[in-house]
Amino acid sequence: MTEMNTTIGKPISRLEGFDKVTGAAKYAADHHVPDMLYGYVVNSIITKGRITKIHTDEVMALPGILEILTHENRMSTAWFDIQYADMDAPSGTVFKPLHDDRIKYNGQPIALVIAETFEQARLGAAKLRVEYKEEKQHATELKSNLERARPPKPGMAFLLKPPPPKPTGDFEKAYQEAAFRAEGEYHHSAEFHNPMELFASTVLYEGKGKLTIYSKTQGTINDQTFIANVFGLKYQNVRVIAPYVGGAFGSGLRPQHQLYLAAMAALQLKRHVRVVLDRSQMFTFGHRPQTLMQMRISADEDGKVTGLNHEGYGETSTYEDYSEILVKWAPMLYPAANTLLKYDLVPLDVATPLDMRAPGGSTAFHAIECTMDQLAYQLNIDPLELRIKNYSEVDPLENKPFTSKELKACYLQGAEKFGWLDRKPEPRSMRRGNKLVGYGMATGMWDAMQLPARVEARVTPDGKLHIKSAITDIGTGTFTIMTQIAAEQFGMAMEDVIFDYGNSALPFAPIQGGSFSTSTVGIAVVNASKALKKKLLKLAIKASDQFKSADVGTVSFIKGNIVYGDHSLSFVELVAANGAKPILTRNMGYPHALKLRKYAMAAHSAAFVEVEVDEELGFIKVTRALTAVAAGRIMNPKTARSQILGGMVWGISKALHEETLLDPAMGKYMNQNLAEYHLPVHADIHELEVLFVEEEDKIINELGTKGVGEIGLVAITPAIVNAIYHATGKRINDLPVHFDKLL
Amino acid sequence: MDNFDYRLAATTAEAQQLFSAGKGARYVAGGTNLIDLLKYNLADADMLVDINQTQPAVIKELADGGVRISALMTNAETAYHPLIEQRYPLLSKAILAGASAQIRNMATNGGNLLQRTRCYYFYDAASPCNKRNPGSGCPAITGQNRMMAILGTSEHCIAVFPSDMCVALAALEAVILISGPDGQRTVKFEDFHRLPGDHPEIDNILRPGELITAIDLPPAGFSKNYAYLKLRDRSSYAFALVSVATGFELENGIIKNARIALGGVAHKPWRVKEAEKQLIGKLVNKETLGTAADKILQGAMGFEHNTFKIELAKRAIIRNGLTALKPELQLPGAQPADISML
Ligand SMILES: Cc1cc2nc3c(=O)[nH]c(=O)nc-3n(C[C@H](O)[C@H](O)[C@H](O)COP(=O)(O)OP(=O)(O)OC[C@H]3O[C@@H](n4cnc5c(N)ncnc54)[C@H](O)[C@@H]3O)c2cc1C
Ligand code: SF4
Repeated sequence: MTEMNTTIGKPISRLEGFDKVTGAAKYAADHHVPDMLYGYVVNSIITKGRITKIHTDEVMALPGILEILTHENRMSTAWFDIQYADMDAPSGTVFKPLHDDRIKYNGQPIALVIAETFEQARLGAAKLRVEYKEEKQHATELKSNLERARPPKPGMAFLLKPPPPKPTGDFEKAYQEAAFRAEGEYHHSAEFHNPMELFASTVLYEGKGKLTIYSKTQGTINDQTFIANVFGLKYQNVRVIAPYVGGAFGSGLRPQHQLYLAAMAALQLKRHVRVVLDRSQMFTFGHRPQTLMQMRISADEDGKVTGLNHEGYGETSTYEDYSEILVKWAPMLYPAANTLLKYDLVPLDVATPLDMRAPGGSTAFHAIECTMDQLAYQLNIDPLELRIKNYSEVDPLENKPFTSKELKACYLQGAEKFGWLDRKPEPRSMRRGNKLVGYGMATGMWDAMQLPARVEARVTPDGKLHIKSAITDIGTGTFTIMTQIAAEQFGMAMEDVIFDYGNSALPFAPIQGGSFSTSTVGIAVVNASKALKKKLLKLAIKASDQFKSADVGTVSFIKGNIVYGDHSLSFVELVAANGAKPILTRNMGYPHALKLRKYAMAAHSAAFVEVEVDEELGFIKVTRALTAVAAGRIMNPKTARSQILGGMVWGISKALHEETLLDPAMGKYMNQNLAEYHLPVHADIHELEVLFVEEEDKIINELGTKGVGEIGLVAITPAIVNAIYHATGKRINDLPVHFDKLL
Repeated sequence: MDNFDYRLAATTAEAQQLFSAGKGARYVAGGTNLIDLLKYNLADADMLVDINQTQPAVIKELADGGVRISALMTNAETAYHPLIEQRYPLLSKAILAGASAQIRNMATNGGNLLQRTRCYYFYDAASPCNKRNPGSGCPAITGQNRMMAILGTSEHCIAVFPSDMCVALAALEAVILISGPDGQRTVKFEDFHRLPGDHPEIDNILRPGELITAIDLPPAGFSKNYAYLKLRDRSSYAFALVSVATGFELENGIIKNARIALGGVAHKPWRVKEAEKQLIGKLVNKETLGTAADKILQGAMGFEHNTFKIELAKRAIIRNGLTALKPELQLPGAQPADISML
């Protein structure tokens, strides 16, 4: 066993990295075929009302225009609403592009102009005159429409996003009687999905209701079933391919309208069609919802939390109930006898919001951890001490143990490495030159989840191992990590393992999100590997007398060989013995649901941040940030670190930069481009440090993994806001903290 | 964006000929603003007349001690040119605080003067906007106006002219050389851009067909005591909410000559000569600068989301004035300098 080349836990560079940086990697819009047509989406410029006329004749007369799809001439699609429901559909009625003349939100797709060239299609789209009957009474701003608030409607979505837990104790009484109290109201404007790659689908029409689709997605099978269901095609006739995804962060969890429209155009015209959304059109679909939260926390003389009240209002559309897990976190982190949690939705004339990196969690922890910070000042104790005082080894909400929880190690090791003890407790007490310096910290949490998935493992005549799954790699490193897991299982070199992925024709994988892919597909890889090993052993026994008495416990797999004592057979020999037929097996990976019901499962983090504030001019700089993460076994510290760093940059963006500017009178967002929708630039990012604490988890799954996609984001925003308070004595709860708020 | 013809002009005369021959012709230099406007369907053109080869992109020293900068030189070449770095470092700093390295490599000096506002409503073809579509209204007045003007606004438009370079050019009292169908003319920088008034659709005094050929800088470069400060929502690649260009000529610490121009606050770079004059004979300190700032900001009026600019501009004028005492304290990206050691 000692000579096995362990690959898990090594900082291996992403296998497709070279292809990505040299441009060899083909994304959805990079697949060119002869005679392809181009579609360009036309968006509604009103927020609510009806289309009364579309002057298609004028645009049809332009050169190169072949067709303009609208609600008037589109092909018929599936009859029942349920046929449009994708794997991530919330309860309600899925939005169907070009369905009828109704306008439900500003920017809604209302036509697709199809032309011989991209430029012709774009021009046609720009020239298309549309007449509307506008309803001036519309509502798009959360804050001013709270009277519409109501609980989310129950539905399938409750399975993954259950409503808040029931109240415990008597919060109001506890709060009134408490020795210490802290409260705050927290507001977040919408955040729009802007991964580097734009949303694109290239649909190849293969004749007779058959489509091959290159698409930007987080779920090849999700898109495949969606298209097949909507257009009445056979599943096996729809293939969705997406091995490279240029960032997604939740935006690809649902099939977006460019896919729907491109597929419709291909079927209706019986041609290959590509549709790419432009950057401003990235602001015309799902987004992180506007959210308003009220948080109150009470504590006794000793600083023990006695009551937690977290209430949230989230934006949703008029047709679907998008919900988030927003208010369950505080009582899962801090034990309190009295809890009062409430979560309501406010339906508005907007596109349905959509999961975005750490949905719910990254919003919630802003309220929780900034209110906790306030409480620490009231108690006059170190914010870190308050966390430790209220540390819980179990999930207090359901009184279940965690499968593992090394949050305390995150606190202590993080504080040590950051130099937290240098912090002077008083706000405004630390200075550097003419700047105020502040230290802030916060906790983060994210569910550790696993879903079922299927994987094929196969040995081919050349002795190579092929692992197959429909899963995508949205930039997280899935391709590399699955290859590592399989290589480890067989003691093989990574070069001899081929992970085939990002294709709906491959064995089932769910959508890629929620930080559950490594556990979900990883366990299926483990199971398929085990089954394949058994098969290989059987073959070895059949092929060679020397293996007669071998069994699973006594053989090992080393560098493409099965080894038993002094004897070995190579995979090449085994396949030859199998009549040159590949040796293969397909297996499922499931979470151990029965066992895991007794446990709480979460990844944890603690973020420590230093800011400098030039108070006179309000200029804020995050000079240093450290995130300590406990997320089970880290499969690949390099890709994992990238995930956390990306989350930290996002947290800085959320805290200081990113803001959509809504014009409620028009019902639209005004800064729909990357010049005015400010993401941080390099000059905004200074020292960032990631620390993975040891966390051995023998319960959660056989790999001991929890996922690192979202946890890096959760704690950083509140830590920055707390640091700004420490620096300036000003608490800004309305994000982003622009410098004018400090003047 | 509609199809257009493209012509490369070899001389200024040829460019003007091409311009007047074709209907709907437009000059293009770096294209960093015009092409965006075409793509967003905010401008149209039947023909683009490329002026990049109409003259060499150079800087010449003038007999009076000033310099002449070609309108077709890129922003990057200008900012890094030794003559500018040494004698007009204020201009260099202001240029380098603008846009991104990639854009500055393409953008020309002439184009910079003529870039259009970044008002959100101007940039949205579906919104009303008096600047884009005269008479249609100005939603910014009651809408998203955090980036808008606080000085020189009109009831028809409250947009800001977004250039950084031009704030320095205003402070340096540059002169614009123009060549048109009716011959050459020169215009003082302060007269080049206009306030919105009743005609927000007109940004400046350039007439159809006229070309900017060069920008002259007078001898006084304020190279000893100068500073540029830009306040914005991220450290690079964002337009100024408030920016300040400051230059002093000092004698034993006493101000002999002062220039202060503000960006991000009006439809043109904002200068109040009276305020500069009052500084002459005084020391550079918080009080004198504060008084100057009050004068410069006299009549400033904020809207729902941008009233903060008034106080911010005052503080920026003070900070930048003090920074000008020790220009080496300036930071990359024109971030606020730490002047605590002054
Ligand atoms: C995302 C982004 C961010 C930016 N940020 C900043 C910033 O922070 N600060 C800043 O100052 N600028 C900024 N800019 C603006 C940039 O500086 C201008 O786009 C650039 O200077 C324009 O120069 P150009 O040569 O590309 O002009 P073009 O786009 O070629 O032309 C602009 C206009 O000027 C006309 N024109 C050009 N040259 C002449 C001439 N010689 N005579 C007559 N007419 C002429 C053209 O016909 C056109 O109407 C930014 C631009 C972008 C796209
Ligand atoms: S401020 Fe000027 S540019 Fe902006 S909408 Fe009003 S008129 Fe148009």
